[in-house]
Amino acid sequence: MLKTYKKYPQVIAAALLAMGMTTSAVYADDDGDEDERGGYSESRGGKYGGEDRGKPVQPAKVNAKWKQECSSCHIAYAPGLLPAESWRKLMAGLDKHFGSDASLDAQDSKEITAFLVDNASNRWSAPTAPLRITESAWFKRKHDSHEINPAVWKNPKVKSAANCQACHTTAENGDFSERNIKIPR
Amino acid sequence: MFRIYTVIGLVSVAAMGLATQPAFAQTPNETLASFKTAAAGDAKFQGFSATRGEQFFKAKHGKEWSCASCHTDNPAAPGKHANSGKDIQPLAPSANAERFTDMAKVEKWFKRNCNDVLGRVCTAQEKGDVLSYLLTVKK
Repeated sequence: MLKTYKKYPQVIAAALLAMGMTTSAVYADDDGDEDERGGYSESRGGKYGGEDRGKPVQPAKVNAKWKQECSSCHIAYAPGLLPAESWRKLMAGLDKHFGSDASLDAQDSKEITAFLVDNASNRWSAPTAPLRITESAWFKRKHDSHEINPAVWKNPKVKSAANCQACHTTAENGDFSERNIKIPR
Repeated sequence: MFRIYTVIGLVSVAAMGLATQPAFAQTPNETLASFKTAAAGDAKFQGFSATRGEQFFKAKHGKEWSCASCHTDNPAAPGKHANSGKDIQPLAPSANAERFTDMAKVEKWFKRNCNDVLGRVCTAQEKGDVLSYLLTVKK
């Protein structure tokens, strides 16, 4: 018993140290330029194997058509979340858009594609071009089981990983900063 | 000279007046009338039916979804997208004055949603029946 008491200062010190490390990891992630678990590697063509979102993910001035059309059924996902080639492919297949027909007339489609391509991720160096944001390496890493308790995904308030705003309260403005995350209970 | 200024003044006042009107291009009844014009091309056309429209709205047509899957069985109530969960404003004009007032928007959504629900485009008869039904729905 006495031995355990003697050990307490060490235990507390260790706990504090761990808390400090956790906090700094969160801040580092917030900035988006650091990756604690080895995602960064020049030899693999940049962070997340080259599958990194852009900075900023959404330009200060957005296209009105993009905002209006893309937010009809879900939030208008910021263009910097995917590379230009992803947006080209996605916009070319709007009639079969993840199980829904989301087709646009030619003029709107052209205008929105241009906005998405012009503001696509500027840090994506891999030759990949996923259609789903959730398939990109940066997304998977940021939402893996170390970051998010797997139970969160099962919450009906979250429903789907496509439902950014369930936790990222300011996702509609392209703001995914850690301080604006509220995980629903 | 004075006259020109007066004219310019009056024209700008009129233009401002027009601009502040609610920007609805047409009424839902006018939209219905244009479906009627399109449907009348068929010799068998005998008018629209709100009852048929309601059945059409609530039934599945060989695919996973009905209109009501997202718009709910009460079109005067807000709906939810069956995939994304995003809120959908009420569809019935009694509950949402903006509905069926912009033909381009009407046709865009019929094209998309008929493809999702029926796997084809809707006929003018079907669109007219559905709109006739929606116009009978009270808030």
